[in-house]
Amino acid sequence: MMEFITELLQYMSDNSAELIALTVEHIVMVLQAMGLALLVGVPLGILAAKVERLAPVILSLVNILQLIPSLAMLAILLIYFGLGNETVVIGLFFYSLLPIVRNTYVGIKEVDPGVSEAGIGIGMTPFQLLAKVQFPLSIPFLMAGLRVAFVIAVAVATIAPYIGGGGLGKEIVGGINGQNDIRLIAGAVPAALLALMADFILGIVEKTTKRRFRSVS
Amino acid sequence: MIQLKNVNKVYEDGFHALKNINLTFEEGKLNVLIGPSGCGKTTTMKLLNRLIDYTDGELTIDGKLISDINPIELRRQMGYVIQSIGLFPHMTIYDNVATVPKLLKWDKQKISQKVEELLKMVDLDPDTYRERYPHELSGGQQQRIGVIRALAAEPKIILMDEPFSALDPISREQLQDELVRLQKEINKTIIFVTHDMDEAIKIADQIILMRDGEVVQKGSPHELLTNPINQFVEDFIGEDRLRQARGLPPMTAFVDEDYPSVKVTESLDAAINVMVEKKKDQMPIVDADDKYLGILSLYDAVKNRDSEIKNLVDETVIAYRESAEVEKFVASKETIAPIVREDMSFIGVLDQDQLLEVLHEQVDQKSGVMS
Repeated sequence: MMEFITELLQYMSDNSAELIALTVEHIVMVLQAMGLALLVGVPLGILAAKVERLAPVILSLVNILQLIPSLAMLAILLIYFGLGNETVVIGLFFYSLLPIVRNTYVGIKEVDPGVSEAGIGIGMTPFQLLAKVQFPLSIPFLMAGLRVAFVIAVAVATIAPYIGGGGLGKEIVGGINGQNDIRLIAGAVPAALLALMADFILGIVEKTTKRRFRSVS
Repeated sequence: MIQLKNVNKVYEDGFHALKNINLTFEEGKLNVLIGPSGCGKTTTMKLLNRLIDYTDGELTIDGKLISDINPIELRRQMGYVIQSIGLFPHMTIYDNVATVPKLLKWDKQKISQKVEELLKMVDLDPDTYRERYPHELSGGQQQRIGVIRALAAEPKIILMDEPFSALDPISREQLQDELVRLQKEINKTIIFVTHDMDEAIKIADQIILMRDGEVVQKGSPHELLTNPINQFVEDFIGEDRLRQARGLPPMTAFVDEDYPSVKVTESLDAAINVMVEKKKDQMPIVDADDKYLGILSLYDAVKNRDSEIKNLVDETVIAYRESAEVEKFVASKETIAPIVREDMSFIGVLDQDQLLEVLHEQVDQKSGVMS
């Protein structure tokens, strides 16, 4: 056991430059997907919350996306988008949609009706009400969604090499293919740490926003 | 001035929420809409800032048809205070109060001055509270902010939808007092919805009592209390309040008509005999036409046995007309109250035992003691 760990550390320090590059690539893919998911998911969530008729359609759609097994999803995307990191980012984006859309939707729905009534009653336009009151108040929920999405994306991104992507999955898949435990672990440990760190940091962000936007009791 | 003429509200499902409402809210008056839940009081109020639109009739503000005014503009010109307070929890007190002025794009300096002035008006120190968040304030303080948020853009009209009913009784009383005090300073046209009659009586210039979408009675608190038009109004006001408002019954309710009187022409001895016999130490003296002249005291009579009644009558003891208020006697220092008709003819004397009993009852009720 001790021998294994020394060997692992030896491998990691020998290949530190490569591992760091892969980690950065991994993070970049996840961040791109998150950015895209926020860009699309937040408006979708708001739309679902505002137009009650569309809510079931939008929510079940993103739900279905989430239910497709990750390997199958990437395989399907491969057909349309070819090999490479872009395809991985699109896949991660699809996975992240559900938590972001749903939490935006719930966050806006959860705004105290009295607060919204006050906003309308003092003469806010529907857009002002959304931008100044309802959306800011839904941010703690959105943060919780982002946290879930982030962790999922870090995990799913590890299968990227199957469709020609990079990231820490390269080490893991390489390790599996070459039956090399050391390589596999050298990829898996940073990926796991990444997920844990993201969860921890976004957890703090979530708590801070909650405190900041705590509703009047 | 706000006027509603034959205003009706019928919902799509056929529910007739408001039936032929005719109301006038005069400038600078505090109008209270009151009634049991579902009576249409809140609906009526929400017509005014177009949160609800009426079906037919005519609603004008300063002569201008409300449907011609843009609802967003309209609402920015009206203060709005609601039961759930509805402060924006993610904004500081400053930003909350400044919301409407910011929407109206006032310049920063003017907004800042206004917020400071308003915080001082409700006795909240600007330096302490400006940067706080709503959840750091007590319920009463929060609603004070709710009220000054409504005042921030200097609206002429303020709508208040049961603003104090979610507060604890002490804060509620304080805020009612403050509102009455504020209203003297700011003189706004206030439309105030409540279901609390005590609150209405305390603050209103005009009370509008509604039931089932109709106005049952409107008038000053005094008018409603002294002249409720039907059983519903009486029931809604409550017997206790009505009795208190009516005060004591008039003199006639307490007349002791068996109290003897003596004609001034009779002899002093005869008068003394009557007094001894009836065990009275004071005797009303009347003239030949039964008109009240004054009081003869047994003490004076016995002391001056050789005199005549007319010389001993104490004319400073005034008589009360039968319609007079008993309070007048209670407030005086007299020990006897002769009661006369309009033409001064003698009826009897105020029965003090009976009066004492009624007074006692009232005191008990006010202090809440059951006897």
